[in-house]
Amino acid sequence: MQRRAALRRVGLAVGASVGVAAGASLGVTGCMRRADPRGPLDFWAMGREAEVVAELLPPFRQRHPGIEVRIQQLPWTAAHEKLLTAYAGDALPDLCQLGNTWIPEFAALDALEPLDERVAASSVKRDDYFSGILETNLMPARDGRNVLRGLPWYVDTRLLFYRTDLLRAAGYARAPQSWAEWREAMTAIVRRAGDGQHFGALLPLNEPDPLLALAFQQGDVLADGATRGAFSREPFRRAIGFYAELFHSGLAPVMTNTQVSNVWDEFARGMFSFYISGPWNIGEFRRRLPASAQGSWATAPLPGPHGPGVSTAGGSSLALFASSARKEAAWKLIEFLSETATMQRFHALTGNLPPRRSAWDDPRLANDAPSRAFADQLERVHPAPKIPEWERIFQEMQATAERVVRRTQGIEAATVQLDAWVDALLEKRRWMLARGAAR
Amino acid sequence: MKRSQVGWVFAGPALLVIAVFFALPVAAGLALSLTDFDLYALADISTLRFVGLDNYLRLLHTPLFWQALFNTFYFVAVGVPVSIGLSLGAALLLDSKLARFQSFFRTALFAPVVTTVVAVAVIWRYLLHTRYGLINQALDALGISPVDWLGNPHWSMPAIILFAAWKNFGYNMIILLAALQAIPRDLYEAARVDGAGTFARLRHITLPMLTPTLVMVGILTLSGYFQLFAEPYVMTQGGPLRSTVSALYFMYEEGFRWWNLGNASAVAFLLFIVIFTATWVLTRFDRDRSEASAS
Amino acid sequence: MNSRVAVWVVNGLLAGLAFVSLFPLVWMVSVSFMQPGAASTLPTPILPASPTLANYRTLFGSIGMGKYLFNSLLIALLATLISVSFNVMAGYAFAKLQFRGRDAIFKTLLGALVIPAQVAMLPLFLMLKPLGLVNSYAGALVPVLASVFGIFLVRQFARGIPDDLLEAARIDGASEFRIFTTVIVPLLKPVLATLAIFAFLGSWNDFMWPLIVLTDDSLHTLPVALAGLSREHVQDNEMMMAGSVVTVLPVLVVFLALQRHYMAGLMAGGVKG
Repeated sequence: MQRRAALRRVGLAVGASVGVAAGASLGVTGCMRRADPRGPLDFWAMGREAEVVAELLPPFRQRHPGIEVRIQQLPWTAAHEKLLTAYAGDALPDLCQLGNTWIPEFAALDALEPLDERVAASSVKRDDYFSGILETNLMPARDGRNVLRGLPWYVDTRLLFYRTDLLRAAGYARAPQSWAEWREAMTAIVRRAGDGQHFGALLPLNEPDPLLALAFQQGDVLADGATRGAFSREPFRRAIGFYAELFHSGLAPVMTNTQVSNVWDEFARGMFSFYISGPWNIGEFRRRLPASAQGSWATAPLPGPHGPGVSTAGGSSLALFASSARKEAAWKLIEFLSETATMQRFHALTGNLPPRRSAWDDPRLANDAPSRAFADQLERVHPAPKIPEWERIFQEMQATAERVVRRTQGIEAATVQLDAWVDALLEKRRWMLARGAAR
Repeated sequence: MKRSQVGWVFAGPALLVIAVFFALPVAAGLALSLTDFDLYALADISTLRFVGLDNYLRLLHTPLFWQALFNTFYFVAVGVPVSIGLSLGAALLLDSKLARFQSFFRTALFAPVVTTVVAVAVIWRYLLHTRYGLINQALDALGISPVDWLGNPHWSMPAIILFAAWKNFGYNMIILLAALQAIPRDLYEAARVDGAGTFARLRHITLPMLTPTLVMVGILTLSGYFQLFAEPYVMTQGGPLRSTVSALYFMYEEGFRWWNLGNASAVAFLLFIVIFTATWVLTRFDRDRSEASAS
Repeated sequence: MNSRVAVWVVNGLLAGLAFVSLFPLVWMVSVSFMQPGAASTLPTPILPASPTLANYRTLFGSIGMGKYLFNSLLIALLATLISVSFNVMAGYAFAKLQFRGRDAIFKTLLGALVIPAQVAMLPLFLMLKPLGLVNSYAGALVPVLASVFGIFLVRQFARGIPDDLLEAARIDGASEFRIFTTVIVPLLKPVLATLAIFAFLGSWNDFMWPLIVLTDDSLHTLPVALAGLSREHVQDNEMMMAGSVVTVLPVLVVFLALQRHYMAGLMAGGVKG
């Protein structure tokens, strides 16, 4: 009887330890997977880019048969969150596509591998890049030098996509070049349609880039070395005033992009005549608009307060994470994706604009009418503040704009509240700068 | 092995888990809420500062925090009575002698409770669609114009309340049913002999005998409803115009979207204080009421 | 009230409630078999015009639902096995074994029920990070390995076991472990079933903690994957419904098979007073 009792005790103990061991080993294998230097490369990409990257890879596989690439697609709406969570959970991929407004954030976290030496030693020519775009990837290090934290993959800016036929019918032969002209053109179009179902422009409330562009056209949104908000000052107030008034006077519908059933269908149907969007939509418009509508749309640079204005300097870079165990292989992939020929093929597949001048020599780009407007706009771009808190401030700006547009709050109160919030948010940055620790 | 040691061996694993993976984090959370732990600190712990009650004070000055609290209170104040009312009604119906197919009905009414919130929120998100949702089409058949359930800031929380009532009413229904079945039948018999009608019996026998269970169910539902999170996460992402940002949703965004863990911990504790106070008030009210009726 | 009318009223209302309760679930299954895009036509169809398995093929093909299903199953089974073991042992200890501070500790545990679990989540995440348990199955399991509610249920039930039974076994010279396995556990079978169902359902349906701790896409459980998909594929409603079916069907089956135990546990826990 004693032996049986002992056996049961042992059984219980074994059972418990197997359970714990199983759990622990499952946890450990999770970690081991990542640290294997001969495993596949983890490459995270967003949206349409993720979908086409696989098609770019065959030449890479031929050149480097030992390197396997595993692409994970992240939706843009969740990408920022997932990247930060992965950082916090020590689960970052080897390399990823990173929106260039996020580079300051990840650089502040010391998550990005410096690329200066690798670029210098490779075939990638640094001065072939548009300087304004490369600039967004340069972050100051503790010793004050600028360090390259990412390599631009494509550039992005926002400008007008518009219906040439509807504009002409309303009496305008060319795209508007100033705010006043733009407003007049939209008013004329709406009056002509006259039924309350047609609008001048679609400005989805959850797409804050157009407002940001308008803001940059008036001035800066942050002050004092990006340590305080400038939203309650005249320049931003003018911009948000113009923006909100478009909604209040019925020139733009009060809705988010989830409430529009299908943007391209509605554009073809003439629900709106102007849409502020980026280069990827050149390809999308060609693909999704019906054949009858293909001849009646064009792109034009953004109108500014008194003439052609600036727009946002967006785009994505390829970033190598410091925590990667396969930096050499990952760099080879980045190098490959940055070659002129690959960038030209990438453009053909997505409509995304290359950040290298040599890639623009491609006749497909040089002769493409809609892309020419982008080339023009790229000469007038204004980067976002290069601070880690920018993404959050950007989201809060959007929420504030929505309240103003929906008349839940007046411009005065809303912008003052936004500035107070920004000032509180940036308090730690001010403290760290004073300490000499931040960059 | 001594008897007292055996007790520890048996209770040990569970107590260890609870102590290490619950009690310790709760205490750590309190400590965390007194610091400004954020992304900078995640990267470099030397940037961590002890800020005392600053997080709490700053929260009390954050409009979005008050909105989150308001939204949560709105959900609780309307949602709890609606849910319990529905549960009570269903339980009374099931308990009635006139009901047929009782076990089928009981299972059917309980089914939504066991489903995964995320999965059914996806279904309901589509049922509530302005154009293609069946709810608006049913309203249309009744001659009522369609409601933009999830796009209109005034209707978004009612939509979530409706969904939560559908999902949860079965749970309390079972508990109330058990309590109803525990009421001695002779009480009803005696009342009927005395000439009391259905509604009189309901008012003078059923409800008074049910009150302790109703209060308990109320407290449980209340504290559960304060923890609203999955529904806004899946159906509305806190919108439109942040009308469905609940306290926990706010905490989640603060902590796991923007990594202001110090602030987020402060939100968690404030929420805990709110829940604790609300349940304590209700428990005291219940105790006073039962003492009053006993005297 | 006329008795016949009353019967119709009562059963009519119950039928109405049953319809409201079940319709969304039935419709979910129906839409999952519709052609992609069919649900976005007017009037919204209730039954598929030309049923297809295309949505399920996409779901298990390019979306890879299979691995999420596996993750959910694995974690739920492990959680059930371990938490039932721990809770039963602890519940028995609090009911029948004497040890110092037993009642005080139990009272404290009951008090802990008031604290919402979310308060612990952020610090727990930070604690698991240096242990390397973030983004692992173990990390997802850790907070659910024991529960106060489970211990309470078992204790409630175990208190009903006559002490003389235990005394007799002890006099016979059986060790405490032997008594536990041969005497107690068989008597606790009903509560075990209830605990197992609660644990399985609770783990399968758990959302917030797996959302926080499982960062890698390949480790996601069904609810987390579904939530991610719902934000990404806003337009693919038919496929989303298929995803919901895959998530909900297992729990419904488990519930239907074992509902007696589930309801019994609810009532025992509910009418505690």
